Amino acid sequence: MADFEPTIIGFLCNWCAYAGGDLAGVSRLKYPPNMRAVRVMCSGMVHPDLVVDALKEGADGVIVMG
Amino acid sequence: MNIELHTLAEVQNVSGEEGNFTVTVKKAPRYVDMEKCIACGECAAKCPKKVDDEYQAGLSKRKAAYIPYGQSVPLKYALDGENCIMIQKGKCGACEQICPTQAIKFDDKEEILDVNVGSVILTPGFKAFDPVDLDYTYYKKTPDVVTSLEYERLLSASGPCAGHLVRPSDGKEPRKIAWLQCVGSRDINRCGNGFCSSVCCMYAIKQSVITAEHTTGDIDQTILYMDIRSHGKEFDKYYESAKKGGINFVQARPHTILPGPDGNGAIIQYADKSGNMVEEVYDLVVLSIGLQAPKDAQQLSQTVGFELNKYGFVEATSFEPVSTTKAGVFSSGAFNAPMDIPQAVTDASSAAANAAVMLAESRGSMTQDKVWPEERDIAGEEARIGVFVCSCGTNIAGTVDVKAVSEYASSLPGVTLVENNLFTCSTDTQDLIAAKIKENNLNRIVVAACTPRTHEPLFKETLKEAGLNEYLVEMANIRNQNSWVHQDNPEKATEKAKDQVRMAVAKAALLQPLSKMSVDVTQKAMVVGGGMSGMTSALGIADMGYDVVLLEKSDMLGGNAWALSKTWRGEEIKPEVEKLVAKVENHDKITILKKAMLKTAVGSVGNFVSEVDVDGETKAVKYGVAVVATGGKEYKPNEYAYGESDRVKTHLEFDKMLDSGATSSADSVVFIQCVGSRNEERPYCSRVCCTHTVESAIRLKEQKPEMSVFVLNRDIRTYGLREDLYTKARQLGVIFVKYTLDAKPQVSASGDSVSVKVADPMLGGRELDIKADYLVLATAIVPNETKELVELYKCATGDDGFLTEAHPKLRPVDLSVDGLFVAGLCHYPKPLDEAIGQAQAATSRAGVILARTELPLDSIKSEVTELCDGCALCVDTCPYNAISLESYEDKGKEHRRIVTDKALCKGCGVCMATCPKGGVEVNGFTMDQLKAQVTSALAGL
Repeated sequence: MADFEPTIIGFLCNWCAYAGGDLAGVSRLKYPPNMRAVRVMCSGMVHPDLVVDALKEGADGVIVMG
Repeated sequence: MNIELHTLAEVQNVSGEEGNFTVTVKKAPRYVDMEKCIACGECAAKCPKKVDDEYQAGLSKRKAAYIPYGQSVPLKYALDGENCIMIQKGKCGACEQICPTQAIKFDDKEEILDVNVGSVILTPGFKAFDPVDLDYTYYKKTPDVVTSLEYERLLSASGPCAGHLVRPSDGKEPRKIAWLQCVGSRDINRCGNGFCSSVCCMYAIKQSVITAEHTTGDIDQTILYMDIRSHGKEFDKYYESAKKGGINFVQARPHTILPGPDGNGAIIQYADKSGNMVEEVYDLVVLSIGLQAPKDAQQLSQTVGFELNKYGFVEATSFEPVSTTKAGVFSSGAFNAPMDIPQAVTDASSAAANAAVMLAESRGSMTQDKVWPEERDIAGEEARIGVFVCSCGTNIAGTVDVKAVSEYASSLPGVTLVENNLFTCSTDTQDLIAAKIKENNLNRIVVAACTPRTHEPLFKETLKEAGLNEYLVEMANIRNQNSWVHQDNPEKATEKAKDQVRMAVAKAALLQPLSKMSVDVTQKAMVVGGGMSGMTSALGIADMGYDVVLLEKSDMLGGNAWALSKTWRGEEIKPEVEKLVAKVENHDKITILKKAMLKTAVGSVGNFVSEVDVDGETKAVKYGVAVVATGGKEYKPNEYAYGESDRVKTHLEFDKMLDSGATSSADSVVFIQCVGSRNEERPYCSRVCCTHTVESAIRLKEQKPEMSVFVLNRDIRTYGLREDLYTKARQLGVIFVKYTLDAKPQVSASGDSVSVKVADPMLGGRELDIKADYLVLATAIVPNETKELVELYKCATGDDGFLTEAHPKLRPVDLSVDGLFVAGLCHYPKPLDEAIGQAQAATSRAGVILARTELPLDSIKSEVTELCDGCALCVDTCPYNAISLESYEDKGKEHRRIVTDKALCKGCGVCMATCPKGGVEVNGFTMDQLKAQVTSALAGL
């Protein structure tokens, strides 16, 4: 488990979390490269099916940020 | 497109008059060609010359090739001619060599140009007070005494220590910090600034709260103040929560600051409330510096020809708060008086309204509209995707292997063409993209570069230029969310970039052209409320040339203003109300409906319809926008013997006596502040009562100098230039006594007098027993009932019943429902000049919509699919009330389905996530498109 690198699907709200992701870049912060971001217009847009599908298709985790 | 921006510019002369000014502008050379500069920052990276960074308050260095800060508008670099080695000494030229677009122009010259305009708005801002001459502060003489502006930078994530707070002397994190309020404000002794700077109390509280969030472990923070002035909307709650959060508030005006032990930190000496000397050592001391008139105010006033007041701010009246003494010249923001952001933004809209009213006749005569080529129909075409991978100079290419990403992109299904560009956003690359679209018949575009939040609009335009629907572009954010955050891991960054491109391509293949949407606008406004705010808005909108229907619930226009006597500037109010009522009543564009109540409201921005009950009769009104100005009223208290004795009055009741002179027989008058305000039931400051009390106290003293006048208060909040009144009252001998909520004054009334008992902290808590002829209660302002209106429009109020604006700072006069605006007391207690200013701002905001015949809408909206069976689960979840249910017949059977209102829908997709059967989708973010991104992201596993 020591070198386990999870694959994470992130659903990022365009107005807050995605903007935060951009700002992290502008501020040159560092975070691990394990998440793949899907931009959504609101975290309320994320249908439960999308989360289930992501897990079924092999994601180790799903994060909905909004 | 209709704003011409001149940077590095200085007004040299203004000639002409209202409607036809010629402004002579001197533009200093930028030494960078704005057309060519793509803000890559290579020039600044190479520039060898370091100078103090003004934006960072001199705490760090910038280069001679620079942008002032990351959010600069326009985002174009400049060379600082005074420091550039090439310009000064003719040697260097490093920036010229590195610039990828040949934008450097060392031979750039100063330019003088004449601009012909109809009106002028002045917004030069303020100058922060420089405490260097206040020797007792030891500012600049000891490193750990900093100004609040310097501290703001120390605390900021974009500041010199990247948000990890350290003190200047030894780079250690401070554990004990003090703020000194009113440095350069409320001080006629040391600096001549008799006014209150209005914003410092709140920024000091904000800084202390953020400090607590940014530091680890226990931190001791103290704010040393005279009066805490948190008189803005929601501000008092913030102050109270800061107190609960452990910030110490100490009422004191320190007289001495000395360097701390070993030159670190500082020692503050002051007398506390009971008069005892206190000496404390702090790790860091912040001077809460005030806001002064801008340094070139005098020169500007002479050049343009308008007057300033004694403090150098713009001289204006309460009834025309943003008009200078020169016709056609308006001013806004801190140049008018120290003010916070919500007030300044409101002020700016107010100035815009004045200019718009004045220029109404020529509206639209010089504006331009962009014309686009006809759109190509891509229906039935296979996806032909073009991928453009950006290097962003070295911003992306320095970490991500862009070549490998490009090669990988060519292998993806549907991809016809891949290009790698140095800067995909540069003008020449836009031309290249447009050409490639045409050459290769591309029908979907993927741009792997920075963030769609800033750059998608640019690429949308490029698609339109090339005849493609603007929604056929998808961006992969391989800079902000990749190369910039994974600099230490180029291999993983490249792998992630490939995944991001693959996800974008997967979504792009499913993108569909979205049709342009718009709604027709009914160019007519409704104004709810016929007080000063409502009348001001109605008149402004009518003067811009639009029809207005003005609703007033009583049978008389004017509202609260009839009960007021004078403004804080001393102007008579009633004659102005009469004038305004006459103008409104005689305006041929204004229909006044008295005894009117709003009964229904349907529709959305551009198209509202309401039924109005007018004295028992129902009338239908169609309108495009509405201004809500339903007002407020004086709170009638149930404490301090109010109602038990006719010697206990509210402000408005006492004003009548003052006006009639009936007060001159009194020998003693007591005022109690914050009656019904700043308590558990109403935890807000009513903003106007302190000034009102001070004005009344001055009038009493002027009527009869030997009268004893006491003001029992918790803080005196005579913000801005109103502070002069407070000073005057004290000079006249008005006695101000502080009380606290847990030791409120005790009142008993009998016969012709009132007894008021209160403990005076200045006398060591000794109880004063004042026999007064009159007790005046400075009672709260409460909003008029808006429950029905709020339900009709689906807008919102806060806990205190005041209408909630769309954004407190950025959209202070817009309600959360598009097309609705707010002004006056229904928004928050405010004095007449601010209510008029806000009403003018609402005029301007309404005018933005009314000026169009149709309103373009974003096409990212929900759309009902044929799978909808009318279960209506989504109807309740929609936060914008954009969904309704309808019945229809198909093959003789009745069915139900939902319909969405495109003007109300914001594209949030809560409906889509709620729907169990795919009955509603959001265009541009459909389930299939999101699913494709997820599947594609995981395809590499």
